[in-house]
Amino acid sequence: MPGFFKSKNSSGNNSVSVESGPESANWTARMRAGLSRTRDNLGKRISGLLGGGKIDETLYEELETILLTADTGVDATNWLLDELRRKVKRNNLTDAAQLKDALQEALITLLEPLAQPLHTDTHKPFVIMLAGVNGAGKTTTIGKLANHFQRQGNTVLLAAGDTFRAAAREQLMAWGERNRVAVVAQESTGQQKADPAAVIFDAVNAAKARGTDIVLADTAGRLATQLHLMEEIKKVKRVIAKAEPGAPHETLLVLDANTGQNAINQVTAFDDALGLTGLIITKLDGTAKGGVIAAIARQRQQKSPLPIRFIGVGEGMDDLRPFVASEFVEALFD
Amino acid sequence: MFDNLTSRLSGVIKTLRGEARLTENNIQEALREVRMALLEADVALPVVKEFIARVKEKAVGKEVIGSLSPGQALVGVVHQEIIALMGGEKADINLSTVPPAVILMAGLQGAGKTTSSGKLAKWLMENKKKKVLLVSCDIYRPAAIHQLGLLASQIGADFFPVQTGQQPKEIASAALSFAKTHFHDVMIVDTAGRLAIDEAMMKEIGELETLLKPIETLFVVDAMQGQDAVNTAKAFAEALPLTGVILTKLDGDSRGGAALSVLHVTGKPIKFAGVAEKLTGLEPFHPDRMASRILGMGDVLGLIEEAQRGVDQREAEKLAKKMKSGKSFDLSDFKMQFQQMKNMGGMSAMMEKLPTQLSQAAQNVKIDDKVIGRTEAIINAMTPQERAKPEILKASRKRRIAAGAGVTVQEVNRLLAQFEQAQKMMKMMSKGGMTKMLRSMKGMLPGMR
Repeated sequence: MPGFFKSKNSSGNNSVSVESGPESANWTARMRAGLSRTRDNLGKRISGLLGGGKIDETLYEELETILLTADTGVDATNWLLDELRRKVKRNNLTDAAQLKDALQEALITLLEPLAQPLHTDTHKPFVIMLAGVNGAGKTTTIGKLANHFQRQGNTVLLAAGDTFRAAAREQLMAWGERNRVAVVAQESTGQQKADPAAVIFDAVNAAKARGTDIVLADTAGRLATQLHLMEEIKKVKRVIAKAEPGAPHETLLVLDANTGQNAINQVTAFDDALGLTGLIITKLDGTAKGGVIAAIARQRQQKSPLPIRFIGVGEGMDDLRPFVASEFVEALFD
Repeated sequence: MFDNLTSRLSGVIKTLRGEARLTENNIQEALREVRMALLEADVALPVVKEFIARVKEKAVGKEVIGSLSPGQALVGVVHQEIIALMGGEKADINLSTVPPAVILMAGLQGAGKTTSSGKLAKWLMENKKKKVLLVSCDIYRPAAIHQLGLLASQIGADFFPVQTGQQPKEIASAALSFAKTHFHDVMIVDTAGRLAIDEAMMKEIGELETLLKPIETLFVVDAMQGQDAVNTAKAFAEALPLTGVILTKLDGDSRGGAALSVLHVTGKPIKFAGVAEKLTGLEPFHPDRMASRILGMGDVLGLIEEAQRGVDQREAEKLAKKMKSGKSFDLSDFKMQFQQMKNMGGMSAMMEKLPTQLSQAAQNVKIDDKVIGRTEAIINAMTPQERAKPEILKASRKRRIAAGAGVTVQEVNRLLAQFEQAQKMMKMMSKGGMTKMLRSMKGMLPGMR
């Protein structure tokens, strides 16, 4: 069997989540560790399939199955398979093993436009607003982002804009404490919930007064079907612009990698409401395969791509990393 | 946005016309579409495969009865099978044990365990008149314990106070004796979210289970979860003796195929569904409704109803006649439609039930659920003559109507514009001899019955 899909830790053992420890491990290795489940599930199956032999319809069908199981979605899967067929025809590929490179190439083509790191030095304070459905991991992500930006030498301020969920404020304040970062929050008294727009407005003003580099604004989780809450978050964004013209400079949707095809609905709905500038994919360290990234990329292929600014690959503070298409795909196939 | 099962099937169904019985050959393409639709709905592939095999087995050789097309017969089989897979019957929560009846919550991060714990406590207090103690063993996520404490105080349930530094097992056993001495009927134990591959954490919850001997161990799963639901559920079911499932975030627009995957793997009933973020947003789960949702149907339901009853040709033609004139669709009909919509669960639910072409046309008619009441009021404020001939509505009549309905004249105008669009839509439909479409619409736009 050709060595294309040879995996270094060839047994599909479960040591993955534990080994994310040593600081020395470089980023690629860490991401590989985080994604190794994906690799086990997706990569190995593909490698098993493409080990050699003829290229025929059964093979394509199997590939389709594998991609679909990874939450790639029908549309993106069809596109990838069409690409493959075209490549096979154009390059006269005959060996199933060659399909691996072709598929990897197609995936990179699809995902490359999404790999645009976030530059926060364009404004000061640089205001980042996070939105997403309930339980996507917004608050936890803010904790990790604070850590990330601090290590880059920025000063950070957190805005506890989730005034709805019980103890969301306390959760963010705990993250603030861990990172030794100031948190602007307002106490909700009894039934009287603090106004999220007001909290973030205050935070932006505080950041201006203190000369803080980056403001990270949390918002309450909401499903796109809750129209009144979608209106509320539009208002939050408008009010931020009143505190600082041009802000928020980055409006991110936090997306759980476990999400199925509804992820596309989420992206569309939040983009329509807020005009998203990027995505953060969380919980890629589980058994979820993250194929939904391809589904999203495919869906936006005709429009301007929505960059994936960060992906979350573990529980640790520094397990939030910029998204690099080739590394992601390589880690997927290694 | 997604092609639902119907629009996928409608093309294929046409090709199936005129065959006397379903054979392996003539349903193959249709089955492929069913497969795709289920995958789009996030039903896990292994589940889909098994499902398709079963449908095939049931369908092949089936005679096509009466006026049905073979496609309709096939859709009927699919629907029946999906309901069978959902378990059909509603499962109640089990509390029959020596109190305190312990309920253990388990699931991935962000599935909604803590919120569901609070909702479940409220539900048990109100519907079963139980004294409930809420306990949080989530020492990992910042403020998770505090969150449950806040929820407890909001709903008036008791909350077990946790000392800092206490380990989950210590909390659990202390809470258990607390519940015993304070005569709680039910003790709900919230746990930290965990990945099924995290061995240490899975061991922890296993130990909690051994210690607490819960009467219910509920697996909390996000309705939006994708293909991986099947693996997660399998891992949790292997680590814990699950007794049921709570499906959360069902008020979103996901198809909720994860429900099928989880049911298939665990074999345990879905006992509750989270349907709103308010603490009252927990409902006993209805398998039949979920079946329709996964299929993305409504319209498929219509097809099936048609399939089951056969279509009364005369009725359809009468309807077609009325529609053909376009004009006869007046404001009274419009209002009737609105009322029916209200009964059927609002506009959003209604939209789902429309055939694809129609719902696209209907998107121009922007109506949201809140407006329905106001629309009704406006039409109620009109005289029967005005309802039949909206064109006679001029400024002074409009002013009177607006005052009568307590709205502005602009809103009356908006309604009239909407009505015109709806009328256009009806005209459009009646053109081109779409009697077939009309037939399938019967029962969906009830205003025109």
